[in-house]
Amino acid sequence: MNWHEYVAQTGQVPKWPYELGYDKETVISCDVLVVGGGVAGCRAAIAARQGGASVVVMDRGFSKRSGEGGAGVDHWHGAVTNPCSKVTPRMYSEAAMDTTDGFTNGLARYIIGKEGYDTLLEVEKMGVQIRDEDDEFKGSIFRDDETKLMFAYDIENKHCLRIYGYDIKPCVDREMRRLGAKVLDRTCVTSLLTEGGRQGARVIGATGVNDRTGEFVVVKAKAVVISAGRTNRLWGFAPELTESQSMCNLNQTALGNTIGWRAGAEFIGMEMSGRAVLSGLGYAPYSTGNNNNTYQGAPTVDRNGKDVYYANAYGKLLYDEADIFKASDEGSFIIGHGIGLDNGYKPQYRITTTDPELWKKVMAGEYQQPFYNDMTKLPATSRRMIFGLMLAHEGKCRVPIYKNFTQWGFDPDKDMLQYPVQDYSRFPIDTSWCGPENTPANWRGGGGGYLVDWRLQTSLPGLFAAGCGPIFGHGCHGESHTSGRYSGRQAALYAGQNDAVEPDAEQIRRERERCYAPIRTNGDVGWKELNYAIAKIMQDYCGDYKTEHTLDMGIRRMNDLFETEGQRMYASNPHELVRVIESLSLCELGIAYMEAAKARRGSVKGLGFFRNDYPEYDEAQKKHIPISLKDGKVHTRDLSLYYHLEAPYSSDLEENYQRYSQA
Amino acid sequence: MLTMKKFALPNQSGPCRVLSFDDKCVGCNKCVNVCPMDVMIPNPEKGEEPIVVFTEECWFCGGCVQECPVGALTLVAPAKQRISTIWKRKETGEEFRVGMTNPLPPVTTPPSGNRK
Repeated sequence: MNWHEYVAQTGQVPKWPYELGYDKETVISCDVLVVGGGVAGCRAAIAARQGGASVVVMDRGFSKRSGEGGAGVDHWHGAVTNPCSKVTPRMYSEAAMDTTDGFTNGLARYIIGKEGYDTLLEVEKMGVQIRDEDDEFKGSIFRDDETKLMFAYDIENKHCLRIYGYDIKPCVDREMRRLGAKVLDRTCVTSLLTEGGRQGARVIGATGVNDRTGEFVVVKAKAVVISAGRTNRLWGFAPELTESQSMCNLNQTALGNTIGWRAGAEFIGMEMSGRAVLSGLGYAPYSTGNNNNTYQGAPTVDRNGKDVYYANAYGKLLYDEADIFKASDEGSFIIGHGIGLDNGYKPQYRITTTDPELWKKVMAGEYQQPFYNDMTKLPATSRRMIFGLMLAHEGKCRVPIYKNFTQWGFDPDKDMLQYPVQDYSRFPIDTSWCGPENTPANWRGGGGGYLVDWRLQTSLPGLFAAGCGPIFGHGCHGESHTSGRYSGRQAALYAGQNDAVEPDAEQIRRERERCYAPIRTNGDVGWKELNYAIAKIMQDYCGDYKTEHTLDMGIRRMNDLFETEGQRMYASNPHELVRVIESLSLCELGIAYMEAAKARRGSVKGLGFFRNDYPEYDEAQKKHIPISLKDGKVHTRDLSLYYHLEAPYSSDLEENYQRYSQA
Repeated sequence: MLTMKKFALPNQSGPCRVLSFDDKCVGCNKCVNVCPMDVMIPNPEKGEEPIVVFTEECWFCGGCVQECPVGALTLVAPAKQRISTIWKRKETGEEFRVGMTNPLPPVTTPPSGNRK
């Protein structure tokens, strides 16, 4: 039942069911603290335990299903060292850099290429099925009969694997707990502790608040891994309207990044704020007819059953199923979709998509809407592979789509899934449920993350980054496992070489005061009201139109909001208190984004960044502009896009990997 | 529900019901504890179904449905989502959706894969 029904039935408001502990402070010490218990965090914890470190994991939710990857996964990118792959780690990293004009993370992509498949083999040992063990798909063009591995996107190069990942999170969570990591569930991180309490100093722990008890926790650590940085709620916030039907949830406030910003770490790519594509204003993920990503290869027909074809990157129509899964250029490979390279994708790396002339053909009367996704046209194994394997295992699909659809009679052998009826702006129609056209242009999605070195260490000693939020230009689900595993290993090494430092009592006291202010002041502003206001500022001043002047205005508005309404917050229980803490942190994060946008005085295609006062795409802008707080002031500098191949590093990817990956 | 008339209740926020519990629910609260968003609290009455307090914070992952040991839970997509997801039987042209009246019987094909 819901709250309203309970009240109506009993005449009583339910009491808060958990013992309140606003005054309690728990102090824990460990070698490695992992902030964020999603897939990256769990893998970091496992690797750190294997490296001999004592480990504490602070998770905002409950680590069995928490995080963006907690609801499953159906394909694993970057498995380039699998025995069938024709792609090498070097090709993978270089293609990612090439397709974005250098605006992605060359070193992270290389590490992913080197270790992605090994990382997957470990989850296989933890109980996740990654092969067609029962020969259900024998004879399929997507399967290798010897290894029984199955391939997505590119059946010639075979570097992206289809997997049965619905229960991947419970599996890695179980392994993490089995190895003895201590998990603090329901605990929202609020700050990093630094040596001497100084901004820019070594990171030696963190603080958090429990969302059931309100208890304050202090974790002292020799090294910290941040694996909680995905941004949601900043530009787009309307939970009553979006019904949270996006691929991000309300816990994803990039707090892992904001606490690092406050602690003085350097960030790159923060100015990249592409148009939001998964805000949830459209349709439930994967619920409408579409032919992209998980549905790649699904045939489309119009109202009258007329075939719509895929086309390669040059517009050549493809009539054969196998051709849909081949690169458009001989000798190249399809990198894959949804892995943070959306501002790039030169033709040779691009996935095949719907006929680019489709809208014209609709206007000429050749096709009539609605379109349908007609999987009945596929060979039975391909149909089963899309609906029975991919849809049933992809995040947020097992229950909302597979279970609910079939329960209501959906049969992929007989039924066609309807695309929404769409206007020009939504063509081509490949991603009908999540297309950016479902969302206003000034609702953005934040990019950027910590600047990391070859150890995935940030600019702050002892602070490592893992996963697709904290690391700029990194990737998706499988890549988060891989960077988490790498980062955890590195953090354990660091912890073995560095002594514990006692945190600054004053820093902890101040943080405690800050966190509990909303229950002490008799405020009149709720977390949602503040969050709507934050989103409005971001939409207005850091949306599609950006100039020095409007960005300055935005920063002023955000500071004003923080200092006025932000000091009048209320929280009637620990759940609300934590939402308030998150919302206040979004003010800081929004300012960081606007400062980064201000710092780049130019427009850059590869970054998807446009400044109305510097409209020319400028070659001189092909650089990173790391940004950080120093003594409370914004500090920026220039950095080569290829910093990972320049001094003090070797100019060779493999040499760097060999030098830094283990010891 | 006539009893509702006795109370001054605020509007429900967004979707009213994201989960429905059937009679099989034993109030074990496994769903409460697995939810990454913590949208539910245990019912003060032991053995009774949990109370969904923070309805609009549900992100529809379905973890609770999977966790339920007795199969008592159904994830309820909001009406906007139900009405925008339509499928058509190719042979007859009939249209169907989740939540329709007089649906066809369930299709019982299990997902691909050999783990539980």
